[in-house]
Amino acid sequence: MTAKVVTVTSGKGGVGKTTTTANLAVALSMDGAKVVCIDGDIGLRNLDVIMGLENRIVYDLVDVVEGRCRLRQAMIRDKQNPELYLIPAAQTRDKSAISPSDMVRLCDELRPDFDWILIDSPAGIERGFRNVLAPADIVIVVTNPEVSAVRDADRIIGLVEAEEKGPAQLVINRLNASMVKRGDMLSVEDVTELLAVKLIGIVPEDEMVISSANRGTPVANDAKSRAGQAFHDIARRLQGEEIVFPSLDVKEDFFKKLFRVN
Amino acid sequence: MLNSATLTGEQPAVFQIKGINDGLLITLREGEWTVLREQLLGNIQEQSSFFQGARVALDVGNQVLKAAELGALRDKLGDFGITLTAVISTSGITEKTALMLGIATQIQSAKKVIPAARPKEEPTTLPGEAAVFLHKTLRSGSRIESPGTVIILGDVNPGAEIFAGGNVIIWGRMRGTAQAGSNGDKTAIVCAMEMTPMNIRIAEVSLEGKPRKGKLQPEFASIVSGTVIIQPWKHSTY
Repeated sequence: MTAKVVTVTSGKGGVGKTTTTANLAVALSMDGAKVVCIDGDIGLRNLDVIMGLENRIVYDLVDVVEGRCRLRQAMIRDKQNPELYLIPAAQTRDKSAISPSDMVRLCDELRPDFDWILIDSPAGIERGFRNVLAPADIVIVVTNPEVSAVRDADRIIGLVEAEEKGPAQLVINRLNASMVKRGDMLSVEDVTELLAVKLIGIVPEDEMVISSANRGTPVANDAKSRAGQAFHDIARRLQGEEIVFPSLDVKEDFFKKLFRVN
Repeated sequence: MLNSATLTGEQPAVFQIKGINDGLLITLREGEWTVLREQLLGNIQEQSSFFQGARVALDVGNQVLKAAELGALRDKLGDFGITLTAVISTSGITEKTALMLGIATQIQSAKKVIPAARPKEEPTTLPGEAAVFLHKTLRSGSRIESPGTVIILGDVNPGAEIFAGGNVIIWGRMRGTAQAGSNGDKTAIVCAMEMTPMNIRIAEVSLEGKPRKGKLQPEFASIVSGTVIIQPWKHSTY
């Protein structure tokens, strides 16, 4: 096995990076893959909370890097998916506690034992972003259909290209079809036309995402939920399957919308 | 590994270090990049306390460096607590790489030192205005500066900025910010296949008015009786 390293990032905070990482990990592991998630948001960890594993943390990423424990000791097995592991971030340190080359070494050590290594990013474009970008084979940029999030996604996609880690792939999270229909939200076309990268997922706005995250069971565990289904589709596209995007039943003149947005 | 800095006589040092206003200027000698890089990093490791926290400008001579190589070096230097502030090179590709990674390609104070360190190459280009050509989409946050004309084959997205002494020519959509004629040239123009800019400035004059609704047609911005206006590109108009 040689794992692919997927870094999930966004630039802007609060668009759903951590949610996407957790759900993608669950979906991939439900498809039978061996998956490990790394929380790269040192100092502000929350992947463990969304996966419901916070009370099992003994060692973290910084402990591994600084040699206080072995890699295996920091890996926490998921409650429901036996082939899914989490390496949590340290809560008491900051981004400077690790370096890009530490992350590359860590991922190289994990690669032989897994199919997928998913890394959740901190918001921003500074040191923490470099740390998570360095080991990436695939970069997924998460955005919301709103102007500020798309602007930041554009910046991140540019940085990913500059580091020769591109082209990034795009997930549009929290799409509200009826708001798009009313013209109150950017449409999928508006976003993809500007960002001009491969679209790998559209996740509809779904209250179950929040309620399930609060319970510590990512929504993808319920493959029948709307958002859960979307994350399973992304996982299958990552694995190379061609999955058609489900219709969002929104029809409006494309250019009319484009110019209203600008 | 041999510390080449300690070698004297027949073996020239791998690099020279000079203090400049803003930190250190390291000038690499010519040679195989991977070898030079390893020796440089080896030397830095041995004297890591000296380099800790340093701001370094690196003169790589005619090395042609891709983003992966330069990015890796920057990250390695970062591990030693060194900030790579500038990369100076005679190679246009290396300069472009540095710009893309947000690393400067000039140092103000040492500017005069650099040409003296290396014999000037014979000009092989035709006389004419220098231009920078980029085949890529300029995304938010990217900034291209040039004393001459800038030509982009791709889109200029909102949040991207172009500052040109000469003209700005965009074979794509113009949705960002551009300054043409930054040295005061009022005859400079900005042209694009589709013009919905955030802002355009020519010499000292800015485009005024509300954000426009662009038409999908080639247009150009120029100064007409003291104001910047945008008009459709027609053979007769230019």
